[in-house]
Amino acid sequence: MHPVLRTVLQRLGLGIVTLLAVSVIIFSSLEMLPGGYAENILGQSATPETVAAFKRDLGLDRPATVRYFEWIGKAVQGDFGSSYSGLSGSLKRDVSATIAPRLYNTFFLAAIAALIAVPLALLLGAMAALYRNSWFDRIVNSVTLTTIAMPEFFIAYILVYVFAVKLRLFYPNSTVSIGTPFLEHLYRAALPAITMTLVIIAHMMRMTRAAIINLLASPYIEMAQLKGVSKSDVIRHHALPNAWAPIATVIAFNLAYLVVGVVVVEVVFVYPGIGQLMVDAVSSRDMPVVQACALIFAATYILLNLLADIVSIVTNPRLLHPK
Amino acid sequence: MNTASAPLRNVKARRSVMESIRRNLKTAPLTAWFGMIVILIYAFCAIFAPLLAPYGESQIVGGAYDLPNSLTWLGTDQIGRDLLSRLIFGARNTIGIALITTLLSFLVGGSLGVAAALQRGWLDQGVSRVVDAFLAIPVLIFALMMLAVMGKSNPWPEVFGTFPLNLIIILALLDATRVFRLARAVALNAAVMDYVESARLRGEGMSWIVFKEIVPNILPPLITEFGLRFCFVFLTIAALSFLGVGIQPPTADWGSMVSESKQLISFGRPAPLYPAAAIALLTVAVNFVVDWFLHKTSGLRDGH
Repeated sequence: MHPVLRTVLQRLGLGIVTLLAVSVIIFSSLEMLPGGYAENILGQSATPETVAAFKRDLGLDRPATVRYFEWIGKAVQGDFGSSYSGLSGSLKRDVSATIAPRLYNTFFLAAIAALIAVPLALLLGAMAALYRNSWFDRIVNSVTLTTIAMPEFFIAYILVYVFAVKLRLFYPNSTVSIGTPFLEHLYRAALPAITMTLVIIAHMMRMTRAAIINLLASPYIEMAQLKGVSKSDVIRHHALPNAWAPIATVIAFNLAYLVVGVVVVEVVFVYPGIGQLMVDAVSSRDMPVVQACALIFAATYILLNLLADIVSIVTNPRLLHPK
Repeated sequence: MNTASAPLRNVKARRSVMESIRRNLKTAPLTAWFGMIVILIYAFCAIFAPLLAPYGESQIVGGAYDLPNSLTWLGTDQIGRDLLSRLIFGARNTIGIALITTLLSFLVGGSLGVAAALQRGWLDQGVSRVVDAFLAIPVLIFALMMLAVMGKSNPWPEVFGTFPLNLIIILALLDATRVFRLARAVALNAAVMDYVESARLRGEGMSWIVFKEIVPNILPPLITEFGLRFCFVFLTIAALSFLGVGIQPPTADWGSMVSESKQLISFGRPAPLYPAAAIALLTVAVNFVVDWFLHKTSGLRDGH
């Protein structure tokens, strides 16, 4: 078998194992509570009969292994069961139906942020690396160190204060619904998208800069320069083929960071995404929704990292041209 | 570095600790000075909060959402408590809880990491695999989920009130997985050094090897990591409190203060920006100091 294919398959297998392990952790979080979830929710004064009835209603009385396989089997098909909220009523809320439109909104937001942030950060990071120790590099370095350290909501509220309240260019709240037209959606999602862009651009630029400086310091680049190869050829033929791996890692790492940052930003702008849904579900301790959201976030995070690994394997010149 | 040119001297007559601190401070860049001064001011506010604050932590001094005036310089919050006083008490609560969490995380992660590096075998394998699985989940997401399971404050509300014990334990354990990785890696490097081998052959006990040989040599990267992890924990707690599931009212805390006063921004009042700026300034300051420390002590984590 070709070494690239073998390494990719190995990495894929590892990724699947990680996903399974994470799904077990997410599922068993409910079991870890000393005394159990039902007792904790109902309080110490609850009679054993009430606890048993509560457990029976939620299906918690069956063995954990049975429930795990049922849960994960349905989750793979996109069915996350029914929500705990409104349990006493006759109407059971379907978790997947609640999540689907919000998932679209969140991916919409993340996609816009990524489309702006990735090219910009790579360009600025590469420039900072090529013109190292210039005034441009120094300014970039202090500015990014400052923005990295700031909480997302600080950046978000500064943007709201300046652009929505003082200049009145945008709305302070990004309320969208299923019927919102595309351009209107884009306009309303602009402020949260800019916030997310600012949050990840700093990380991404610093990592790109470090990766490229690291690359340009390698002996084969020096060798090419000493050989008299022109500067553009050094970059195109010697640096770039080896740069794909670190760049892919940088992009994936920061897109994964975006997945987490989206939670806070959605709450600031009251944007109806999956992050806000998860926070609401945590407050009301609606476990099926919390677990579904956690699984989606964790799976996205793992898959992005997996993708980066595969890109760096596939573009690795040493593996592509085995001896 | 240039010891070769220096004349041989008595090894025992090393610089005293105070002297070397003074020498290092003299060469510190402006950003590091800025960071250290800011941290000192925060520490001062946190320690002397009751003396500095004009009013009590949950004392009601005016109407809801009063505008800034001569009595309450930054105005009041939704039930009429002085924002400035709560900002000052917030230093104590927010930083204190983040510091406890980080210390706990280093205690657990650091000792497990060193133990795994020295013991190897099943302990190392077992803990490392579990940690690998936990590293694949973003901390904020996992913390949110565990807070949903365990509840927001603590299991004994009649004893501890709204003290965020659950939050501290959850975050400390999650963060310990990150500390474990670093502690194990640096301890593994130190454990194969000749001085450890010679201590072993000398017949020193385990505690000597750990505390006299390994720990002093892995301290610089761990101290740098402590600064970075503190920032991370501090920001995560602030985010969780902002989301309403972290530190619970009536405790004055910056994250919750941002969320409590967030409606005011639509009326053109920058009230949520004050606590948010307080958080940002501290993390920026710690980052500046860590950045300088990183440059001083080897390029172990150069880059980001």
